[in-house]
Amino acid sequence: MTMASYFQIITNMLAVAVALSAPYIFAAIGEMFSQKSGVLNLGVEGIMMLGAFTAFYFSWAYDNILLGIVMAMVVGILMGLLMAIVSITLKADQGISGIGVYMLGWGIASTLFRLFIGGVQSISGLQDLQIPILGQIPYLGKILFQHNIMVYLALLLVPASWYILYKTPWGLKVRAVGTTPRAADTMGINVIKTRYQCVIIGSMLAGLGGAFLSVAQANMFANDLIAGRGFIAIALVYFGRWEPLGVLKGALLFSLANAFQRWFQISGISFPYEITVVFPYVLIIVVLAFSYKKFSEPTALTVPYDREFKG
Amino acid sequence: MNKILSLEMVNITKRFPGVIANQDVNIKVNAGEVMALLGENGAGKTTLMNILYGLYNPNEGDILINGKKVKIRSPQNALDLGIGMVHQHFMLVPSLTVTENVALGINFKNKFKMDLKVVADKIKKLGEKNNLNVDPNAYISQLSVGEQQRVEIIKALYHGANFLVLDEPTAALTPQETDQLIKWIREIIKDDMGVIFISHKLKEVTEVSDKVEVLRDGKNVFSVQTNKTNVDELAREMAGRDIELPTVDKKNEFGDVVLKVEDVWAKSDKGTDALKGISLALKKGEILGIAGVSGNGQKELAEVITGFRKVNKGKINFKDENIVNKSIQYIIDQGLGFIPEDRLHMGTVPGFKVKENLILKDYLKYPFCKNFILKPKYIESYCKTTVDEYDIKCPNINTPTHALSGGNIQKLILSRELKRNPVALVASYPIRGVDIGAIEYIHEKLLEARNNDVGILLITEELEELLNLSDRIAVIYEGKILDILEADKATKSKLGLLMAGVKEG
Ligand SMILES: Nc1ncnc2c1ncn2[C@@H]1O[C@H](COP(=O)(O)OP(=O)(O)OP(=O)(O)O)[C@@H](O)[C@H]1O
Ligand SMILES: [Mg+2]
Repeated sequence: MTMASYFQIITNMLAVAVALSAPYIFAAIGEMFSQKSGVLNLGVEGIMMLGAFTAFYFSWAYDNILLGIVMAMVVGILMGLLMAIVSITLKADQGISGIGVYMLGWGIASTLFRLFIGGVQSISGLQDLQIPILGQIPYLGKILFQHNIMVYLALLLVPASWYILYKTPWGLKVRAVGTTPRAADTMGINVIKTRYQCVIIGSMLAGLGGAFLSVAQANMFANDLIAGRGFIAIALVYFGRWEPLGVLKGALLFSLANAFQRWFQISGISFPYEITVVFPYVLIIVVLAFSYKKFSEPTALTVPYDREFKG
Repeated sequence: MNKILSLEMVNITKRFPGVIANQDVNIKVNAGEVMALLGENGAGKTTLMNILYGLYNPNEGDILINGKKVKIRSPQNALDLGIGMVHQHFMLVPSLTVTENVALGINFKNKFKMDLKVVADKIKKLGEKNNLNVDPNAYISQLSVGEQQRVEIIKALYHGANFLVLDEPTAALTPQETDQLIKWIREIIKDDMGVIFISHKLKEVTEVSDKVEVLRDGKNVFSVQTNKTNVDELAREMAGRDIELPTVDKKNEFGDVVLKVEDVWAKSDKGTDALKGISLALKKGEILGIAGVSGNGQKELAEVITGFRKVNKGKINFKDENIVNKSIQYIIDQGLGFIPEDRLHMGTVPGFKVKENLILKDYLKYPFCKNFILKPKYIESYCKTTVDEYDIKCPNINTPTHALSGGNIQKLILSRELKRNPVALVASYPIRGVDIGAIEYIHEKLLEARNNDVGILLITEELEELLNLSDRIAVIYEGKILDILEADKATKSKLGLLMAGVKEG
């Protein structure tokens, strides 16, 4: 092979990685908000599933992708509201309620799919943007500037969420509520309201992540479309140590590993494919195990807030 | 926001499952006045103040400001009314800076931007005006307890408080910091500030307050003008009986050296050298007091001995065996007891039941456990006796430990450590935040242990306590032992000088 074709392969791999990372970024940034405020939402996978289905259904039935995406966000908000009521107001164990939300989302989505769509249907999906000039830059153009609009939305979400968390009054509240809710309360901050907001925003973003998969990547819906991405997103939040930039790094690394794995499978090199498929997951576990540091953790994570109880 | 000229709490009752924390309590404070609120641990002082601050809703009763009824349903209401509170356990976010902590309470007009520089400047100004200097850009987790205290006060002032509640503000302050705080309080009430001051240290209460209100078992029992009372009377009213703090009786015969620290070096959390070649020897049946202004290595000393902190150099012999960098479990099993400084988080598992915390160090051993199965009947009866024997006040032995008052958590730890029959005991600030009745009790128990041949390393800042209990007093300064005095040759002024780092001759 020539030098140029190596570059070609690497360029392709990077471009694929950027596109693959978008749903992880949506879901993981969302989960990061939720966790920053002290709520571990394990339901991401189910919310993504429901979001993916909703987006697909509306895009397919009404031939309107934008409507589909908006509806996926609405569904995400509703699922977030449910999670918030159960875990914040009713103070149920967050691990259990998250799993409940996961199963609920999964169940509803697959049932509705069977009822209203039934079989394999596909849509044309969100098209890649043709960005003039930038898109023509050799290599870089392909990697960064030939994606659909949602990819850019995801990438934009990273600096935006950083700004919100660290530069706005609301972000300050979120950070306080997730570490020392009682101290926040004594400063007149409404702990419950702030947590509701974060969980709902988080779920809305998870819904968006799901929508990405069905209308901007696969252009179809199937029961195994999400394939654990919601759970990976949760791992990425730990990986990124609750920092937007960290989450981005994690999402890109994981997606790159995935892109590599895909290329490896079709490259013709003889190697048991089961092992290559597992590679990205092993990578993330290994990195998690070695990078985990406690100091930036929202210390009140998973602890419901009860004003009359000291702890 | 009107100025608070008078503040009244009328017939306040607050019930928790199993306890009535406040029963028909009445207090009244006027602007320009300091009221001290006294009472034993668990008397209901903090509960009453939490009601005033909107953290707890009372079952019955009213709050009146300037004679008019007000509703305080959340801390936000209290802040709006001009009430500021420094809580017994600080309410600061450790991962944020001083400025950010203050900014938390600000209602910014612009929701998309915070001008933290303006806030920082105002903090600086407030600090200079009130003699409460802190670095606005420091993270809370880097500050000493005294500095955190100042941040709490600045927070209240920044948000326009003209009525201050200080819940045991001096519990962890150095004597110098306490004096400074008292002076400051006397100064600010001249601007018509009203203050409620809670403390177990009766001497400072008589110095700072204009009047005193005593609670016992959640009820008003005594109220008096400060200039018409004295420390002994207050102690009696709090405890409901006469209090006499025990003192050590001299003995000349001690056992063998049981704990020997030789040239030990260790680092602090910040990575600086906290112990710089410290050496001491503790004999059986002896109380060796460690005097010093806190922050001079006391915490690290206790932690290296008990195995919580890495020793970089040096030897620690316990029962003639070097225990440097051995596991904590191993050291515990050799018979070293520990009353840690942070009683809630290091001394107990706050969410565990009282009975679980009582057997925390021995639950795997017979008779608490046999063939890997806990013996609930035995545990139950053992814990019931312990709770009675040590007079630990709790609704029952299944109550979560964090619902106990500070003094009672301390008694719980003490009972656990002493009932294991330790060979030696490291006691860090054993009476911090503890009421006078419990101090009497804890001191009696420590002396009893000493007379039963336990060697005790007593780390404290209270000179009174050191002089009452110690056989010898070592003064720690900047990570080294500056001097060791025989107790009968030690005086407050001598110790004071040594603690400041001055060694005569
Ligand atoms: N949130 C709570 N839940 C249950 N019981 C509580 C709670 N808060 C306080 N109590 C109980 O109410 C009583 C009064 O406690 P409080 O903290 O007001 O005492 P205190 O006078 O401040 O004591 P200390 O001097 O130790 O601080 C205690 O018996 C305590 O166990
Ligand atoms: Mg209290």
